Amino acid sequence: MKHIKTLTDKTLQSTMEKGGCGECQTSCQSACKTSCTVGNQTCENK
Amino acid sequence: MIHQYKNNGYNIVLDVCSGSVHVVDDLVYDVIALYENNSPEEIASKLGQYSKEDILEASEEIEELKKMGQLFTEDEYRDALIPKDGKAPAIDFKKRKIVVKALCLHIAHDCNLACKYCFAGEGEYHGDRSLMSYEVGRKALDFLIANSGNRVNLEVDFFGGEPLMNFQVVKDLVAYGRSKEKEFNKKFRFTLTTNGVLLDDEVMEFANKEMANVVLSIDGRKEVHDAMRPTRNGKGSYDLIIDKFKKMAELRNQTNYYVRGTFTHHNLDFAKDVLHLADMGFKQISMEPVVAGPDMDYALTDEDVTVLREEYDELAREMVKREKEGKGFNFFHFMIDLTGGPCVYKRLSGCGSGTEYLAVTPWGDLYPCHQFVGMEDFLLGNVDDGIVNTKVVDEFKLCNVYAKDKCRDCFARFYCSGGCAANSYNFHGNLTDAYEVGCELEKKRVECAIMIKAALADN
Repeated sequence: MKHIKTLTDKTLQSTMEKGGCGECQTSCQSACKTSCTVGNQTCENK
Repeated sequence: MIHQYKNNGYNIVLDVCSGSVHVVDDLVYDVIALYENNSPEEIASKLGQYSKEDILEASEEIEELKKMGQLFTEDEYRDALIPKDGKAPAIDFKKRKIVVKALCLHIAHDCNLACKYCFAGEGEYHGDRSLMSYEVGRKALDFLIANSGNRVNLEVDFFGGEPLMNFQVVKDLVAYGRSKEKEFNKKFRFTLTTNGVLLDDEVMEFANKEMANVVLSIDGRKEVHDAMRPTRNGKGSYDLIIDKFKKMAELRNQTNYYVRGTFTHHNLDFAKDVLHLADMGFKQISMEPVVAGPDMDYALTDEDVTVLREEYDELAREMVKREKEGKGFNFFHFMIDLTGGPCVYKRLSGCGSGTEYLAVTPWGDLYPCHQFVGMEDFLLGNVDDGIVNTKVVDEFKLCNVYAKDKCRDCFARFYCSGGCAANSYNFHGNLTDAYEVGCELEKKRVECAIMIKAALADN
């Protein structure tokens, strides 16, 4: 494309089917404790 | 729904519901803002600075991405969560079985510092000083194993107060947990949060062998740190800990740890504190806004938000610069995994407090998280009887993005997952509201995090 550079294509919808295993880290166990930063956790069900 | 913004010279378009991210030129940036509610002719008449051909060309690219599900994607998750025509939703949070996978063990309600902003009231959580016994800790680990269903990875954070004031019990509980891993097919990930005062070679060796992550509390510049983190006799604690933290970070090969600080109204220029830590050689840095009521002189105010937004921008620009110079470091709140982040289920259901994440007091009481400890309305049970207050657990089960009016249409909802329940309760008296200052800062952090990805992809 001439005007648009895509950094990431769609990623969220596909996780509806295989997601929810719960093996990933709890956000407040990393370096959080007073806010909620779920979006920076990594999926462990690749 | 899209969210478009300009940051550090980049025009960024986030397609909220697909997670797709695009960097666009000025033409597309202007066209996309009008795209949904205007015909190409109307857009052309409103954007006189561009030729009609340019606008048509931009529109074609936008349309192509729309067809590919990467722009103006509908929110299909909301439908999956909300009952329709009397039928249960596809994802029924109310019916989800409680599977506990993480405990915050309050190994010591006591502290050797007297940090002014401590939500634990200088370590004591507004109660008596107390240390967790091995017996209570062992029952907590048994409770976790028994309530963790098929989860393999179990997380246990040794928290306080200051957990190293009860180090022998920490060691004994790690040994106990390890002894149960094979039998129950579990893997404990132990973590430790410490102020560093009692950190010595023995603790470092133990932590580097057993702790998956270590959080080292330091607020940045010496004068900032010392002002808020004095010892019990009123002296600063920076000099007591800085060299030990440097050593610890090196021993851990600059990974699987965080130096973590809190910034307040008194150091709104907190980027300087982050950069101070980076200049000290730390590679894993976290710096969080203080959460405090308006009666505290150090509390963040609505007026501070504008300054703090600019501060995040400045930090992000400096991080890009340093990364390109080969001197990069990691800032926890700018971490964003655009391709391999958490699933939608996790993004909708939030931090898991009160459901999969619980806090345990030194005497074995269970609370939804460390921030609720001491609030009797939120007492869930104890390590002997398990969870008995299921009414409160049901409330936490229903905590999801769409249960919160302020979150439902926010562009950042899949990154903060509805925010911190404790903050919501402390500022508004219920679990399904949102703490506005926290929201504004989180939105800015998401914008900066994406900008950094764009800048680093732009070589």
